[in-house]
Amino acid sequence: MKQELVALTGNDAVAYAFKQAKPHVASAFPITPQTEMMHKFAEFIANGEVDTEMILVESEHSAMSAAVGSCAAGARTITATSSAGFALMWEVLYIAASLRLPISMAVVNRALSGNINIHNDHSDAMGGRDAGWIQLYSENAQEAYDYGLMAFRIGEHPDVRLPVMVNYDGFIISHTADALYMLPDAAAYDFIGPYKPAYSLLDVENPITIGPLDLTDYYFEHKVSEMEAHNKAFEIVRAIHEEFGHLTGRTYDFFEAYRLDDAEIVLVILGSTAGTAKDVIDEYRERGVKVGMLKVRLFRPFPAAEIASALSGMKVVGVMDKSVSFGGWGGPVFTEIRSALYQSLNGMPPVHNWIYGLGGRDTDMNQIAEVIEALREIAQGKPMDPVNLLGVRL
Amino acid sequence: MAITLKKLATKPDLLTGGHRACAGCTGSNILRQILLTAGADTVVGFATGCMEVVTTIFPFTAWKIPYIHSAFENAAATISGVETAFRALRKRGELPVDREQMNFIAFGGDGGTYDIGLQSLSGAMERGHNMLYVCYDNEAYMNTGIQRSSATPKGAHTSTAPAGKIKQGKEQHRKDLTKIMVAHNIPYVAQTTPFHWRDLATKVEKALTVDGPAFLNILMPCTVGWHFDTAIGMQIAREAVETNFWPLFEVENGQYKINYKPKDKMPLINWLKQQGRFKHLFKPGNEDVLAELQEWVDEEWEKLLKLAGEDGPTKPEKTAVGTQMTSKSKESKVTKGT
Repeated sequence: MKQELVALTGNDAVAYAFKQAKPHVASAFPITPQTEMMHKFAEFIANGEVDTEMILVESEHSAMSAAVGSCAAGARTITATSSAGFALMWEVLYIAASLRLPISMAVVNRALSGNINIHNDHSDAMGGRDAGWIQLYSENAQEAYDYGLMAFRIGEHPDVRLPVMVNYDGFIISHTADALYMLPDAAAYDFIGPYKPAYSLLDVENPITIGPLDLTDYYFEHKVSEMEAHNKAFEIVRAIHEEFGHLTGRTYDFFEAYRLDDAEIVLVILGSTAGTAKDVIDEYRERGVKVGMLKVRLFRPFPAAEIASALSGMKVVGVMDKSVSFGGWGGPVFTEIRSALYQSLNGMPPVHNWIYGLGGRDTDMNQIAEVIEALREIAQGKPMDPVNLLGVRL
Repeated sequence: MAITLKKLATKPDLLTGGHRACAGCTGSNILRQILLTAGADTVVGFATGCMEVVTTIFPFTAWKIPYIHSAFENAAATISGVETAFRALRKRGELPVDREQMNFIAFGGDGGTYDIGLQSLSGAMERGHNMLYVCYDNEAYMNTGIQRSSATPKGAHTSTAPAGKIKQGKEQHRKDLTKIMVAHNIPYVAQTTPFHWRDLATKVEKALTVDGPAFLNILMPCTVGWHFDTAIGMQIAREAVETNFWPLFEVENGQYKINYKPKDKMPLINWLKQQGRFKHLFKPGNEDVLAELQEWVDEEWEKLLKLAGEDGPTKPEKTAVGTQMTSKSKESKVTKGT
């Protein structure tokens, strides 16, 4: 497929992807750094490039609530948010997933208050990781665009029917111009296809009740069906990755294995920091140090078996978390990875955690090198605390 | 078109019996009356509350029309999404059943409307969605156990503002939500009760006909929360109007119109004393609270007369707004504002 090489910010790239899906309805409330994504989308409407109806609500709670109403009425529905806006949606995030509404949402990751901070970390999305949404994390504008397209296919698949979050780092990805390949509009829409809802509130000839009171006798089974949808999602995501790969030449998997095959020391990273880490890993490789990286793309559902299989047998694993679980033992990615490895038959490497980059604290190549150096020492038997901090004044 | 009982009686009942509303509930009556006028091409959205809980318990539903409940504070936003989806799908010719028009009605109790859902409601009204929001106002959080709301009248006993040795129930007057909705400059705002069936049906019809958002505030006497005999809910609703505690009025494009003026205004205490929630006010020493409540009702009525341009010396008109179902009730006489 012939694709156009363009320079776009992450926000503009995702706005293009969403435009190419021809959503019926978009609801949104502005919050930095998500704003420009919706500005761009509104521009497309104003120029007649897409005929989406916008609901410019008075809060993110209403943005997600209106999205729920719209999607339950059978409309392809998009929204976007960041940080505190994500937190304000939180109640309705669970409802959207429980009602099995495949809303696509751009989450431009930003730190949560307080104190108020507009910069990137993953505390917003990690706070919603158990809400029932599919969570995809992007390293750069290309991945954000690609997942902006794939989100519709994944969420709307009849065996899945779950809302999808396309996560990309605030400012680092959202506001930085990046080179990426874009599909022509027609090819993108051919790939996505029209939305075929299972039910619609507007089908007055077949009226349905959505969101009833659901107590001790049925609620649990309904939660299990939601769990099953997440389990089903693995094979659907894999198939869509494959189809997308054939179409674009860009291969996707649950995670990217970067120089992992013969690696002994492994970093596990989500989002834009993976880009920085690749350069550092390349430098170490030139010096003969066997470092690799597992970059998690699909965090919900969590591909535990695949990740465990990729990491078992490694000498040491360093998991980097761009959010903190206060009072918990390490960050959320760390606990998932360690838990996945617990049942690994091929040997459980020591797994250490670094909490980094909170509130947008810059994470440079030296910091990544610091982690690799620590992992090398651990591999040689030096004892070290499992949970550590990176790039902070102590 | 004149609304008659005969005509309403031929309409299909879109809320089945067998739901779990309390004996003597006037709320389910409100819902059924609204649906008689709205008809089957209607989508309803509910805020969490007693009417939501009693009409849908999985695997049962009392609704014969499409229904959605999402959360407590977001019924207006949710229905605004449904209404927008209707326009978007219609524009592309993708509606599941072809319709020129459909009704979109959001329901909330006073908790979901006056309080936790006020922001969502305000936003949806300001955006101009073609939707009707109905508040069924039973003047407290009945669903969670009769806690005070901003719709609870002063002096009423509730679980969170109880009458005790030193306190006499709620200490504040209720908020005037209907006027707050008028201030949104939407095409239609009105107050009514389930007793005044013709008034209610007329208002639902108008609300669903206007181009843009409409709001109805419907007083819902609650046998459990107000503590009155299950048989007299409709009488309590009627007398709320006869005392001017809950005047019937509408505001069409900013123009106030009082739909009914009691010929012989009933003293408020006659209404209060039938309700256990005001029982403590009749103990010696609370005469001042009763007097204050009467004074407040009178003041509010005067303000309403002024807004309707009827504050001059006029004779009360003889009107009957769907009073007794058995009586030959005439069409309500409309007193136009000047």
